[in-house]
Amino acid sequence: MSSKLAKIEKRTAYLLILPSVLLVFSIILFPIFSNIWISFKNVELKDLRIPEPRAKKLVKSINDNPNQIKVIYRLRNSSLTQEITNVKFKDKYPDDIEPISLNNKCQFKSNLLKCELGNWPKKYRKNLEIVFQNINNQEISKKELKSYKPKLSGKSQNILLTYEFTLNNFKKVIKDKAFIDLLSTTFYYTFFGTIGAIVFGILAAQMVNQKFFGRTFMRSVLLFPYVAPVVALAYTWELLLDPTSGTLNNLLINYQIIDGPINLLGQKYVTLNILGFDFKLRLALTTVIIFEIWRYFPLAFLFILARLQAVPKELYEAADVDGANPIQKFLNITLPQILAVISILFMIRFIWNFNKFEDIFLLTGGASGTRTLPINVYQQGFSIGDIGMGSAVSIVIVVFLLIFMFIYFKLLGKRADEN
Amino acid sequence: MKIKNIFTYCFISSLFLFSLICIWKILVTLQGIELTNFNFNKLFIFGIILCAINLLIGKKLNLNIKIILLALLFSIFDYLVSINLPIWYSFGIFLISLFFFNNIKDYDKNFLSKNHSSQKLFFNFLTLFGITLFSFVILFPFYMMLVTSFKTQALLLLNPLDFSINFAQGLPELFKSYFIVFKDYNFGRYMLTSTIVSLGTVIITLIFAIPAAYAVARLNFFGKNFLSTSILIIYLFPAIVLVIPLYTIFSQLGLRNSIEGLLIVYTATTLPVAIYMLQGYFKSIPKELEEAGIIDGQNWLGIIFKIILPLSLPAISSVALYVFMIAWNEFLFSLMFLDRPNTFTLSRAIQFLNVGAETPRQYLMAGSVVVTLPILIIFVYFEKYLVSGLTAGSVKG
Repeated sequence: MSSKLAKIEKRTAYLLILPSVLLVFSIILFPIFSNIWISFKNVELKDLRIPEPRAKKLVKSINDNPNQIKVIYRLRNSSLTQEITNVKFKDKYPDDIEPISLNNKCQFKSNLLKCELGNWPKKYRKNLEIVFQNINNQEISKKELKSYKPKLSGKSQNILLTYEFTLNNFKKVIKDKAFIDLLSTTFYYTFFGTIGAIVFGILAAQMVNQKFFGRTFMRSVLLFPYVAPVVALAYTWELLLDPTSGTLNNLLINYQIIDGPINLLGQKYVTLNILGFDFKLRLALTTVIIFEIWRYFPLAFLFILARLQAVPKELYEAADVDGANPIQKFLNITLPQILAVISILFMIRFIWNFNKFEDIFLLTGGASGTRTLPINVYQQGFSIGDIGMGSAVSIVIVVFLLIFMFIYFKLLGKRADEN
Repeated sequence: MKIKNIFTYCFISSLFLFSLICIWKILVTLQGIELTNFNFNKLFIFGIILCAINLLIGKKLNLNIKIILLALLFSIFDYLVSINLPIWYSFGIFLISLFFFNNIKDYDKNFLSKNHSSQKLFFNFLTLFGITLFSFVILFPFYMMLVTSFKTQALLLLNPLDFSINFAQGLPELFKSYFIVFKDYNFGRYMLTSTIVSLGTVIITLIFAIPAAYAVARLNFFGKNFLSTSILIIYLFPAIVLVIPLYTIFSQLGLRNSIEGLLIVYTATTLPVAIYMLQGYFKSIPKELEEAGIIDGQNWLGIIFKIILPLSLPAISSVALYVFMIAWNEFLFSLMFLDRPNTFTLSRAIQFLNVGAETPRQYLMAGSVVVTLPILIIFVYFEKYLVSGLTAGSVKG
């Protein structure tokens, strides 16, 4: 009896999860695996269009003879790169009409014109002309003829499904001189974005954890950058930072803090002189990181605040009795309590910043030294149009991601063991 | 009482007062008023003097009278050193100094002789200043977005620092950009598409996720542990690694430029987190309730609909709001999949406006307000639910 129940339970469970599993499999897991397939192929954006045989039908009357008519089909291979094999042609005609003469490729049977047009190489263009007459010597209506559309079918090789593979994409990715730069930019962006967001998150959480007027309102306001759409925010920032008519530059010039406008999003390097040493700061990248921190510190804030509110008050009271100063209290009570949250936050944010695409894309488009790996996927795949290369870069991202995840789950497991 | 303590107290307090005044001055400048100097030296030194006076008076005077007196002194001094400023500017200075002296009114000689008084002082001020600064830095871009949409191109170029709203021109003139954005740029249609896509994603995700989450939370089956860990792993895979294969597949299937395609992708990408959040909640519902349902002869459909769903409405609303937010804000897939203007979502439409011909920035900002406002209203209104959704789902973002 119980085994029967267990069986029913099992069957129900599979039934309940099946739709979700199928959907997630086909839209998330399958693409990840097909990335591997595509990355070993030489595919370009223009190859993705499946080649189609096309025919444009023109109807022309023949001089002085209303019962005869000439039909011209403009045949064309839509693809510039691939051939279509075994093209078949079909068109319908009204009653009482038949062709005067036909070439051997075509047949006319019960109002149906059928042709076997063979193989069409790439860029193929040819006209097919057939003269028709009315059996009853009546006038042929052009309109009626035109109302039928020819149907064509043909076989073409789908470049994605062939078994030709190449290592060129990966060779290009690794041998690219900019690859090291690409990686360092990505890590720079990821690391400082994550650290910055966490530091500001801690500051904000410390502030909001105290009692003051308008505290709940403040908590909502702090989350605004995180919940608002990135498109709107990125464009607002772009206007804010604009070198000629942007608010920030004008404000700084107004207060004589800087002499001339700074193109914060368009300048790759700025040289800073600190203690007589010249430092080259990557300006556009730093600006993008600041945007990133601005947008994502609310998340760190939310996590840390939740943890702070769970810290027992007695600890602070005991510290007061012991005469600890605020810095000691923070270092010895608060920090150890929130350390677990911070480490998890760091891992998660690190993984997500590593894959961040929209923010940089909208702010700079990857120009002036802000090209990270995700931006490179887009540029290779869609700006240059080399889908195979884009996939290869995606694979590089996935490999890094798997390494991060491995570390993350190791840490998570360790923490679970401790508790 | 140490001299050092008095000195640090005066120094920190005055610096804090000056920082507050600076923020106020920046705000005033952004109203289009010409103000090119912070007057750091004069205000800072006068601030130190006033703080010292405050300490000297202590509690000898009625506290309220003391703070009003000091605030008045400071505003008059500021009025004297700065030239040609409107009266509301000085009134703002008065209010800020009132706030400031109200905060330091309790500090007297006794406080300063306590342990760590200067550190405490510093952190108190840091909190107050931090709150002001954070609010300013966060709210300013939103404010700028709103005000720019009320302006005209000529006004914006004439004085980029003028962010005042001119109500005198009448409402139709004020909201002109919005009329144009909705009429000429077709934003009504995009808004409809965005709403359909977001609501559709929410509904389909819930239909898929609730049964699956119930199975993971309650039923025993082979591969359950594997499934629940893989949910999290799948969730960590970003959209950018899916985009090329999905683009190729969707172009060949003809699913690009269609709302259906977008719905499928959004649902699939939000499903893992929805299942993860819901199963956590379902586990917390007492099992006895379902057992009672089984005794009453309910099948699993009845159990889900009559017992689980009514009990987990808060969790379901959290998930729904979170999924709605993700779908509404989503940009990458809409950029990849939509290139015909009649299928655009709001985010894609705004990007199209920016990339396309020189669109006047007030229209761009009006569009940004149109896409931002609904989500902020929803957030403020349903904050409790959305925050719990954010906390649970925030592995992604």
